[in-house]
Amino acid sequence: MGMTMTQKILAAAAGLDRVQAGQLIEADLDLVLGNDITSPVAIREMDKFQAKGVFDKDKIALVPDHFVPNKDIKSAEHCKCVREFARRNEITNYFEVGEMGIEHALLPEKGLTVAGDVIIGADSHTCTYGALGAFSTGVGSTDMAAGMATGKAWFKVPSAIRFILTGKPAEWVSGKDVILHIIGMIGVDGALYKSMEFTGDGIGNLSMDDRFTIANMAIEAGGKNGIFPVDALAESYMKEHSDRQYTIYEADADAVYDAEYTIDLSALRPTVAFPHLPENTHTIDEIHGMDPIAVDQVVIGSCTNGRLDDLRTAAKVLKGRHVAKGMRCIVIPATQAIYMRAMEEGLLKIFIEAGGIVSTPTCGPCLGGYMGILAEGERCVSTTNRNFVGRMGHVSSEIYLASPAVAAASAVKGVLCAPEDLA
Amino acid sequence: MGQGINDMNAKGTVFKYGDNVDTDVIIPARYLNTSVPAELAVHCMEDIDADFIKKVKKGDIIVAEKNFGCGSSREHAPIAIKAAGVSCVIAETFARIFYRNAINIGLPIIECPEAAGGIEAGDEVEVDFDSGVITNVTRGTRFQGQAFPEFMQKIIASEGLINYINNK
Repeated sequence: MGMTMTQKILAAAAGLDRVQAGQLIEADLDLVLGNDITSPVAIREMDKFQAKGVFDKDKIALVPDHFVPNKDIKSAEHCKCVREFARRNEITNYFEVGEMGIEHALLPEKGLTVAGDVIIGADSHTCTYGALGAFSTGVGSTDMAAGMATGKAWFKVPSAIRFILTGKPAEWVSGKDVILHIIGMIGVDGALYKSMEFTGDGIGNLSMDDRFTIANMAIEAGGKNGIFPVDALAESYMKEHSDRQYTIYEADADAVYDAEYTIDLSALRPTVAFPHLPENTHTIDEIHGMDPIAVDQVVIGSCTNGRLDDLRTAAKVLKGRHVAKGMRCIVIPATQAIYMRAMEEGLLKIFIEAGGIVSTPTCGPCLGGYMGILAEGERCVSTTNRNFVGRMGHVSSEIYLASPAVAAASAVKGVLCAPEDLA
Repeated sequence: MGQGINDMNAKGTVFKYGDNVDTDVIIPARYLNTSVPAELAVHCMEDIDADFIKKVKKGDIIVAEKNFGCGSSREHAPIAIKAAGVSCVIAETFARIFYRNAINIGLPIIECPEAAGGIEAGDEVEVDFDSGVITNVTRGTRFQGQAFPEFMQKIIASEGLINYINNK
């Protein structure tokens, strides 16, 4: 019986010839990640640990990004705790304001995540790096502490679901629509404890930014990780961003999957997850059949959709148009490099001329931290990843998860819609 | 099966919830500017059950249906539940990061679909961690959950993985 792509990476990291689903292994880690919310708890645990320092100062990444620039005194204390820990332990990859970005956009850009890596991060969207053919998964702060101290983590080897992607997405259909479609199909626990392995010719029609978006939201289906095969595009991305050696693993031809789904990308339509679960999806065609859904705020950004492709798409929709009267349209480039590039390409000018605002990189509104909190009964179309009760503010507020194209179009019209609905 | 330590068990009144209780409703991110357990506990379950923290007593038990603890990896969620005095969480299934985090900080959790279906809010429930037997005292029913292996009982008794490793 063959192994899946994930199983092959885990076997190699555990020093084993082969592993099978359900097996408990201890694997060597290539990177341990934490942010300003999760790291202070991990650092407190590290202090309890009778270990001296960290296992490898080059293999830990600390990215204050959630409540940064510091939103209040308590957040500032958390960041100070992380900063001092980084200094004390001479952590190479600590990213201060000015060099930081949203962690899951930043680390691939900095070349810290490459194919074949085993990565844990105390943030659930750590699964993003599967887009490059790495095994990466979210953990809590205690696991992060143990990982920082020992360079190892235990895993239960997951089984996998295979998604065979075929065809080419239509204009205005992006990675976000692909992953929302999948979550709508299998549910928020459809991949619980499992790998989501994406294969098929259709992958060649998805940009790296599309793939990051898809892998990023594997957790929203309960997945342990999401992973893509490494093709020429992924290799050129890694060569451009990293000088690290990468290792390409491929699933065995006789690998066994718990389930297989074939998805024709050309048949997908812009897709939106309605409150209050990412599985509660409707296509734009279904939305056309509903009463108009008025929108108060639009957020374009986050570790899911704050990359250059996303900003280019939003700008294409907003160019020469203006947001609806009373609309708050918040655009958040995910990293400083993306911000700079968006400025050079004139995208920021388009956003501002359209009546939007542009923020420094932060997770801010996605998790209801700051920079766009919703009042009672307010409604937001957001390119973020979760629409749980109270996620972006008041418990009665509502979040509609969508692509940058749908979010930008909704900002213009003031109701939930797609670019095709704009005059 | 390992030897039980200190006759570990839980007994308390049940708070019952449905599917997909996410970590954002367990502890909303607006309170994540602190990581002090007692400060987190004050807001535990606030966005799903505003009265929870007023009513919960030491030893009480949370029972839920599918995918408890889904969403964010914040360890603050099991920390808040534990600091609120909850002695055990029983669910049909748990989201994987929450499952790992709960064990790592020493919050007992048990997957048991039958118990999740056969226990209602306000029931008095007793859990024997050594045998995995869940007893609904109010309704006189019993369910067989997964027994806690010895190492897991020790992690719980040590108040978390790091203390357990240090004590070894």
